[in-house]
Amino acid sequence: MSDQTTTERARPEPIKAVPVRHPGRWVTIAVLAVLAAMFVHLLVTNDNFRWSFIFSSYEDGKRGVMFTGPVLEGLRGTLLLTVTSMAIGIGLGVVLAVMRLSPNKILSSVAFVYTWFFRAVPRLILAILFGNLNILWSRVGFGLPFDKQIGDLFGIDNFNGQFYSIRAADLLAGFVAGMLALGLSEAAYMAEIVRAGLQSVDQGQSEAAVALGMSRFQVLRRIVLPQAMRVIVPPTGNETIAMVKDTSLVAYVPVAGELWFQLNAVSARTFVVFPVLVAAVIWYLIICTVLMIGQFFLERHYGKGYGAVGKAKQRLRDIEVEQGGRIVDSREGS
Amino acid sequence: MTSEMVRADNVHKSFGSLEVLKGIDLVVNSGEVCCVLGPSGSGKSTFLRCINHLEKINAGRITVDGDLIGYRERGGKLHELGEKDVARQRRSIGMVFQRFNLFPHMTVLQNVMEAPCRVKSENKAEVRDRARALLDRVGLSEKTESYPGQLSGGQQQRVAIARALAMRPKLMLFDEPTSALDPELVGEVLDVMKDLARDGMTMVVVTHEIGFAREVGDKLIFMDGGVVVEEGAPRDVIANPQHERTRAFLSKVL
Ligand SMILES: Nc1ncnc2c1ncn2[C@@H]1O[C@H](COP(=O)(O)OP(=O)(O)O)[C@@H](O)[C@H]1O
Ligand SMILES: [Mg+2]
Repeated sequence: MSDQTTTERARPEPIKAVPVRHPGRWVTIAVLAVLAAMFVHLLVTNDNFRWSFIFSSYEDGKRGVMFTGPVLEGLRGTLLLTVTSMAIGIGLGVVLAVMRLSPNKILSSVAFVYTWFFRAVPRLILAILFGNLNILWSRVGFGLPFDKQIGDLFGIDNFNGQFYSIRAADLLAGFVAGMLALGLSEAAYMAEIVRAGLQSVDQGQSEAAVALGMSRFQVLRRIVLPQAMRVIVPPTGNETIAMVKDTSLVAYVPVAGELWFQLNAVSARTFVVFPVLVAAVIWYLIICTVLMIGQFFLERHYGKGYGAVGKAKQRLRDIEVEQGGRIVDSREGS
Repeated sequence: MTSEMVRADNVHKSFGSLEVLKGIDLVVNSGEVCCVLGPSGSGKSTFLRCINHLEKINAGRITVDGDLIGYRERGGKLHELGEKDVARQRRSIGMVFQRFNLFPHMTVLQNVMEAPCRVKSENKAEVRDRARALLDRVGLSEKTESYPGQLSGGQQQRVAIARALAMRPKLMLFDEPTSALDPELVGEVLDVMKDLARDGMTMVVVTHEIGFAREVGDKLIFMDGGVVVEEGAPRDVIANPQHERTRAFLSKVL
């Protein structure tokens, strides 16, 4: 008997079993294939799409509506508006989040009130509001508040406490108004996202950093924020994509250098509606695709030291060690 | 050589109405290893954190190498130190935590280099050489490019020790450095600490490793309920505890 256990047993035949059938899958695939074919058929055969209007030429001697000069200008405006308002949103959002988490009650209340206000007001209304702010002031500038009143108090007529000012209509018209409306509103949302990110980082991290003698700013910049990024980046990607679309709201500021405004203008002039809408859809799809690719790489960058890749590598090494194999450390350098 | 590295005089600390430290006195001389024993919740971690001002004490005073921690005395009055000065004091005090607290987004080498490069703005190449030497010393020269998440607990804790040493501290604080480790990994961390002790590093070590305390400790204090119940040479206290509470505690951990 003991003989039998020590002799090597023959390896059994690999199992050759009939796999489980999944008829449901085939039905689903068939249905989807038919639907897809119908959709393509619609795109290709229905003349109302007017593809040539979109791609090749919408009027005699002009390019397709997607690629005409004003529309491309509008596209540039949309991208610029997205980038600048997201930059304001993220920058101010980080500041607001740090303020909100500060032990200083005044700072945290200011951040709270800011978030409350800008989350409550719809962006469309905010955009129109900022476009009309020059109703309140003829000039915008830096200086003493209540300068006229203070002047009156001391008997000086027309006391001017302004150090620097420009005409409000120049500053707050069009692009800048739109950018501020979108950026300031975005900051309120970003503040919440960043705050969640900062709070997701273990307390022990900042403690260890502080114990090494790092300043609070260094701890935030080098230790806490990079780790918070893992939590911050995915919703920020969402916000950016939403922002691309929300830039169309500034048409109401009004801002002319913006994609939807320009497409709309073509539509109004030529009385062609549907193909213009399709052109808009295509442009927004393209922009968002590019952004999603960017987000993928950002997420991978900030996932360093955590992600599935690191875990898989570790597991691989464990297996190799278990098998008595070599340890692959030397080529771990990458 | 027998200068006082740590001196705590009647240290009190409360969290709200909960008084956690009720008058701690302690002197640790330069080059000594002081082990702190005590049941959970007795205030050991809190005391350790007071030494590098992670917690602000309510009464008493703590000096490290003659430097009053957290305050400046001027004209018989105490002035709170600003962030910069507190950070400067912390640079010379290394701390090792129960849960390692390595920076997970940095490689092992970056973890060790971060503070010397950022805080002291030292020459990067120099720091890198030193960091490699330290990692070699704790037996991890193979792991410099790994991320903490790829290391075992024992390896992580050894990196944490190297990270603290990279700042060239004159005092090292250890808060239960082996409590979060699997039993078979405890030894490798204790070996590194013994090596440090042999090199003359002044250390305050909160631990439940009686064997370590007996072997390398120059002094042992037993804390309970926020006071030092008993103190003395580790061998004496462990072999022959004077207080009932010490006896009860030792009978549980031995
Ligand atoms: N930040 C804090 N806020 C409130 N209570 C705390 C805080 N830190 C510690 N404590 C309390 O102080 C007591 C001592 O804690 P600690 O110093 O961690 O004990 P030990 O390390 O000896 O287990 C415990 O009762 C704990 O709940
Ligand atoms: Mg503790």
